Amino acid sequence: MINSTVAEIAAALKAGDISSVEITQAYLNRIAKLNGELNAFITVCEESALEQAAAADAARSAGNTSPLLGIPIAHKDIFCTKDILTTCGSRMLHNFVSPYNATVVERFNDAGTVLLGKTNMDEFAMGSSNETSFFGDVKNPWNTECVPGGSSGGSAAAVAADLCAMATGTDTGGSIRQPAAFCGITGFKPSYGRVSRWGMIAFASSLDQAGPITKSAEDAALMLNAMAGLDEKDSTSIDRPAEDFTASLNQPLKGLRIGVPKQHFAEGLSMEVEKAVRAALAEYEKLGAIIKEVDLTNSHLSVSAYYVVAPAEASANLSRFDGVRYGYRCEDPVDLEDMYKRTRSEGFGEEVKRRIMIGTYALSAGYYDAYYRKAQKIRRLIKEDFDRAFAEVDVIIGPTSPHTAFKLGSKSDPVSMYLEDIYTIAVNLAGLPAASIPVGMANGMPMGMQIIGAYFDEAKILNVAHQFQQHTDWHKQKPGPIASSEGEA
Amino acid sequence: MEWETVIGLEVHVSLSTKSKLFSGSSTEFGADPNTQASIFDCALPGTLPVFNEEALRMAVRFGVAIGAEIGKRSVFDRKNYFYPDLPKGYQVTQLDFPTVGKGALTVTLSDGSEKVIGVTRAHIEENAGKSLHEEFHGMSGIDLNRAGEPLLEIVSEPEITSAEEAVAYLKKLHTIIRYLDISDAIMAQGSMRCDVNVSIRPVGDTELGTRTEIKNINSFRFVEKAIISEVQRQQEILEDGGRIIQETRRYNADKDETTSMRSKEVANDYRYFPEPDLLPVVIDDEYIAAVKAQLPELPDARRSRFAEEYALSEYDAGVLVSSRELAEYYEIVASQSGDAKLAANWVSQDLLGLLNKNNWELADSPIQAERLAMLITRIKDNTISGKIAKTVFETMLEDESDVDTIIENKGLKQVTDSGEIEKFVDEVISNNPDQVQQYKDGKQQVIGFLVGQCMQLSKGKANPAQVNELLREKMQ
Repeated sequence: MINSTVAEIAAALKAGDISSVEITQAYLNRIAKLNGELNAFITVCEESALEQAAAADAARSAGNTSPLLGIPIAHKDIFCTKDILTTCGSRMLHNFVSPYNATVVERFNDAGTVLLGKTNMDEFAMGSSNETSFFGDVKNPWNTECVPGGSSGGSAAAVAADLCAMATGTDTGGSIRQPAAFCGITGFKPSYGRVSRWGMIAFASSLDQAGPITKSAEDAALMLNAMAGLDEKDSTSIDRPAEDFTASLNQPLKGLRIGVPKQHFAEGLSMEVEKAVRAALAEYEKLGAIIKEVDLTNSHLSVSAYYVVAPAEASANLSRFDGVRYGYRCEDPVDLEDMYKRTRSEGFGEEVKRRIMIGTYALSAGYYDAYYRKAQKIRRLIKEDFDRAFAEVDVIIGPTSPHTAFKLGSKSDPVSMYLEDIYTIAVNLAGLPAASIPVGMANGMPMGMQIIGAYFDEAKILNVAHQFQQHTDWHKQKPGPIASSEGEA
Repeated sequence: MEWETVIGLEVHVSLSTKSKLFSGSSTEFGADPNTQASIFDCALPGTLPVFNEEALRMAVRFGVAIGAEIGKRSVFDRKNYFYPDLPKGYQVTQLDFPTVGKGALTVTLSDGSEKVIGVTRAHIEENAGKSLHEEFHGMSGIDLNRAGEPLLEIVSEPEITSAEEAVAYLKKLHTIIRYLDISDAIMAQGSMRCDVNVSIRPVGDTELGTRTEIKNINSFRFVEKAIISEVQRQQEILEDGGRIIQETRRYNADKDETTSMRSKEVANDYRYFPEPDLLPVVIDDEYIAAVKAQLPELPDARRSRFAEEYALSEYDAGVLVSSRELAEYYEIVASQSGDAKLAANWVSQDLLGLLNKNNWELADSPIQAERLAMLITRIKDNTISGKIAKTVFETMLEDESDVDTIIENKGLKQVTDSGEIEKFVDEVISNNPDQVQQYKDGKQQVIGFLVGQCMQLSKGKANPAQVNELLREKMQ
């Protein structure tokens, strides 16, 4: 049962075929067996998970019919969880136990989910390989010599290896979609403002967005139903009427206009990925969709603009980690300046420090106009590109990542790592929703396809993704070596 | 050489919202350290700001009161710097798009002239916490109760040319803010703070001289003294052929001098950028009109009304409207006593004298408006004389009884019984034959002396008008 989708587990729980305690125990066993190798979890909440599972079973007996009741979940360690360690993958917060719950956590608690633990991630969500975590690399379940992608690599690996039924992630420049592609699962980044950021440790406030990491588009819709909605604690969260994202999953795709950005099929894209995505487009045509080329003229500027805006915001967001009130503080500081310098030098990893320096530089007097202001201009241009495209098409489809998961330690040059997110970053800059779903296999490794929608068109993307998954089984592929060693419930 | 002074003031006022600018924590003064610091105020990871619209309303209220342009789209920015009592490592403020734009204040100077002083802008920002350096054995304590309280920073144009004008501007600002009820604006408690930018230049020059900034002065008097001493210092340096260094200075009241508090850091780069956790605050004409409609009568308007309605001089009216409480007090005294002129004299002289002498606020006064009105009523109905009234006023400070009881108990009631007055008059006439003769010889002014003698004899209780009349009658 642990390799089932949320929808399947929910049905089994409802039918009484299995209890939440049983399925929770099965995942805990699986974690105990594989986490040593995958390092997907930083914290496992065995005791409280079983208590929550028992409470969920009791609630079900008492008539609670919440769709996610009793389903085991993992939260990325960027979400504050009350009384549970919340590290953000950093030494800076290696000892930080949050006194409060993030809104996302609170909403899943209210939905009756069972929290298995907190997943590993790139430090402060800065990375595309999960190699920047203070708690060590996460391994890709399909090949443990490869990265799972990042920054939500722990959540992606956990879902792919059936260490949980579903997981939360966050996406600032591709941090849900790229690991989903590398691990052969479904990842969804909602529109900016759709999901509350309260309690989600900020990397780049104007880009960060939480979303589901699941085994199917349908599961993503189920998760999104629980996550989305106005939160008065987050001034950037948007007031929209409640929506059931599962409602339109089965809409036929006849007449659907799919835009294919020529810029996403240009130099740098591996042949295998291009082939797989083209094949998927052919599949969509069979389902009645119309393929149109679209022009995202400014997409080549997106990585540069992103690496000004995101580090600039991060440089301020991470100022609060100063050793004064919580988290890491250096030993025996001689004075205030020494405390600041050593706390931050020792508490942050290399990549985080690099981005703080880039951001600080970009905001400095005399450079602001050349960098920050210009990046904001590019951001507007990119948004306008998408607006023009969506005037002609319903969704835009392309590759999520130019290639399959790369080997651990193989990218030592930061810029080549930044280019990993070349197809995903523009979506964050424009605040749009997008999914990555499995689209094929190359050399034993999964590949992802990105489906981008217009602002608040989550339901349409999920419909397009779900229909593909109804007609293909790429999302059902399981990593071999680990699947064979599983102990099923 | 003749010098002229150029002063610009930056005034920080704590807005008296019930909760903080971006969190629901209380802003009550005087709580135990860190008991009014929420997870947001402590800058816990993942926490986010939610703008308190009450602060916006108060800022707009100030803006319309000084006839300023109101920013229909104000934007918050982050001002980045590290300090232990700044928990987020940045202060949220408004840089390019403040809520209040250009406006002006009219101040009245001691020579009776008026001067218009421009206000460049007023923006909303959050306060920092407090660092406590005592009682921690070589360490520092941080109290975040104040962190995140709303401030309005009001920046003047560099149009102030003397310490007197600076103080007049500050007092006017203080009065308006108190009228608007948007802040306690108590300098001694820090709810109003002032930074002064001072430079001097040879008279006639158009270029500004190098300025210094004197930070955090906490009384009107010290502002005045600090400016005088800083101008003196700059003048001496320049006349000795020296050069003013642009720096931050502190006023030392004990020595009556300013001293440099320049840190070793070079110019700070605050790396401002728009706060991505908050949306721009957008308001429309309707909002501004609604705030305007709720403005109370402001000091200038009230002064004109007092002058006209109560037939007071502009100066007297100006004294009475100098605080909203005093003006309201006066209006009660005037209406209940039915004598606006007498009420004005008593309030602006006796009452204010009493407050100044004891360093009291109006609220501390043991003489409430209703009691003072009654006292004046008793003067008017001849129960007591104006002179006896001073004695009653003194008694009222310790004795909370009503005015009539005090007059009765002390036996201060004016004698109007003509038989009794006649006795005093007869006695005085027989005791002062020389003066009586002088009067009869045509030296009319002697009457004053004789009336005085009668008053003395009656211990001030005789009605002077009656005495006067009777004396003249008897000496014919």
